[in-house]
Amino acid sequence: MDVFLQQLMNALQWGSFYALIAIGYSMVYGVLMLFNFAHGDIFMVGAYIGFFVSSGLLALNLGSVIGLSTGVELGLVLVLTLIISMLLNSIVGMGVERIGYRPLREAPRASAAITGLMIGIILETANLALLGPQRRSFPELIPTTTITIAGASVTNKKILIVIVSLVLALLVHQFVQRTKWGMAMRAMAYDYVVVPLMGISSDRIALMTFAIGSALAAAAGILFGIAYPVLDPNMGILFGWKAFVAAILGGRGSILGAALAGFLLGFIEIFVTMIFPSTMRNLIAFGIILIILTFRPHGFFGEPFSAQLRL
Amino acid sequence: MPLLEVSNMTHFFGGLRAVHAYNLEIEPGQIRGLIGPNGAGKTTIFNLITGIYDPTEGEILLEGKTIKGREPNKIASRGLGRTFQTLRLWRHMSVIDHIKLGRYSKLDYGLPGAFFSTPRRLREEEKTTKIAMDLLELVGLPETADQLVTNLPYGAQRRVELARALATEPKILFLDEPTAGMNPEELIDMMKIIREVHQELDLAIFLIEHRMKVVMDLCELIQTLDFGEVIAEGTPDDIRNDPKVIDAYLGKEVSV
Repeated sequence: MDVFLQQLMNALQWGSFYALIAIGYSMVYGVLMLFNFAHGDIFMVGAYIGFFVSSGLLALNLGSVIGLSTGVELGLVLVLTLIISMLLNSIVGMGVERIGYRPLREAPRASAAITGLMIGIILETANLALLGPQRRSFPELIPTTTITIAGASVTNKKILIVIVSLVLALLVHQFVQRTKWGMAMRAMAYDYVVVPLMGISSDRIALMTFAIGSALAAAAGILFGIAYPVLDPNMGILFGWKAFVAAILGGRGSILGAALAGFLLGFIEIFVTMIFPSTMRNLIAFGIILIILTFRPHGFFGEPFSAQLRL
Repeated sequence: MPLLEVSNMTHFFGGLRAVHAYNLEIEPGQIRGLIGPNGAGKTTIFNLITGIYDPTEGEILLEGKTIKGREPNKIASRGLGRTFQTLRLWRHMSVIDHIKLGRYSKLDYGLPGAFFSTPRRLREEEKTTKIAMDLLELVGLPETADQLVTNLPYGAQRRVELARALATEPKILFLDEPTAGMNPEELIDMMKIIREVHQELDLAIFLIEHRMKVVMDLCELIQTLDFGEVIAEGTPDDIRNDPKVIDAYLGKEVSV
C-alpha cells in the first residue's frame, strides 16, 4: 500500500509536467487550429530562463542584504523565479507567434506545422550555440524534507509541484471559462472570421493564447528543474511530443481535458514501470493511448469538428 | 454629412473585376437595400466595407473618417455591425455568451479581474448581462439565454446573430440576407424584428436580400447590382418598374 501511495505521488508529479505543457498545446490548437510543435522547446527555454533568473536572484544574496532567514529567502527566490520566468517566457511565446505563425495565418496548416518544427530546432540549436553542450544544474531552491503520510514517504518538493501545477491549471481554466478574453478564445475556436466583427483583435487573442501557454511551459520547466535538476538543450523534445499526445487525448482546446490526459499519461508511465521493465514504458503508454483514441478520436472533451466552417 | 459614404469603390480578384465604381451614401436612420442576381457582387461589397477585403480603389468614409483598408475589428468598433449570409455562430457557446462577447470592447475589468471575481468584474458582468437580456428581449428570445446556440431552431439562431451584432452598439448595421432559408412564419417574425430594432435603436440598416417582398417592404431606397455594377437605384416603386432590373433578373425579352 505504501509503495502504491509513493508511486501515486510520483505519477502525480510526473503528470504535472505533462499537464502544464499539454495545456499550452491544447489552447493553441483550439484557438488557432495549429499544432505549435515548438512548444516542447518553449518548455526547454522556460526551464533555462528559470535557471538564469533563479541563479541571478541567488547571487543577489537577498538573505543577507535585507536580513531574511535562508528558508524565507529561498521561498522568495522561488516565487520571484516563477513569476519573472513566466513573464519572460510568455514574451518568447508571443515572439514565436508574431514571427513564425502570424505570416502563415492564411497558409495551409501543414506550412504552420513545418514552421513549428523549424522553430523548435532553431531554439535547440541556438541554445547549443550560445550556451554550449554542457548540462546545467538547476539551483536547489527547496531543501528536501521527507514527510510520511499513511506509511508512504513523500518529499515536500513533490507536494509543492503538484499543488502549483493544479493551481495554475485551474487559474487558466477559470480565465478561459469566465473572462471576456477567454470567451473570445473559445469563439475563435468555432469561427474566427466573426470574432473581429465584435471589435476584438484576433491577433491580440492569438498572442494572448501563446503567452499563457508559454507561461505555463515556463512553470513546468522550473518545477521540472526543482525535481530533476539537470537541464540540457534537448530536454524539450520528448516532453513536447508526450504533451502533444496528451493535448490530443484531452480534446481540442479543453484545458481540463489536457490536464487530465497529462496526469493520466504520468500514471500510465509510472505504473507501467512498476510491472514491466522501464524500457517498455513508452511502448505501453503510447499503446494504451492509441487504443483510447481508436474509441474516442476527439479525445475526452473534444467534439467532432469536421463540419467546421473556415473562410 | 452622410453616416456612410462609399465613393468609386472598385475591386479585383486577380484579373476578375468583382465590383466596379460603386457609390453609396447612407444617412443616419435610413434603411437601404442591395439586390441583384447571384454572383453580382453583393456580399463582396459587404466584405469590402467591413474590412474583410481591402478594396483595390476607392474611398470609404464612416462619419467622415476613412475606414478603407482598416482591420475588421477597428471598423467594427467604429460602429459598423454585420451579420452573415450563412449562420456564423460559435456552436457550442450559450446564447447569452454570444451577446456578451459582442460587448467585448465595452467590458473593462482590469488585470485582477482576469483571474479573480473582483467586485469590479462582478459589477461589469452584471451590467453586461442586463444589456444582453434586453437585446434578447428585443429579438424575442429571452428564455433561451442559457441554451447552446446549436440547440435552437434555425430562425432563432438567425435572431441570435442579429442580437450579437446589435450588442456591439453599431450606428449602422449590415444584414446579409437576414431571411435566407426561413419559412414564411419565421420570415414575418424577422421583418417585424428588423423594423422594431430600427425604431428602437435608431440605427441605419443596409441589407442584402433575395426576397423582393422583404426588400420592397422594408427599404426606402434600393440599389440593384449586376456584374459588380449598379444598374438601377431608387425607391421600391422605381426599382419594380425598371426594365434593366427586370432584364437582369428574368433575362431580356427576345422577339422571334
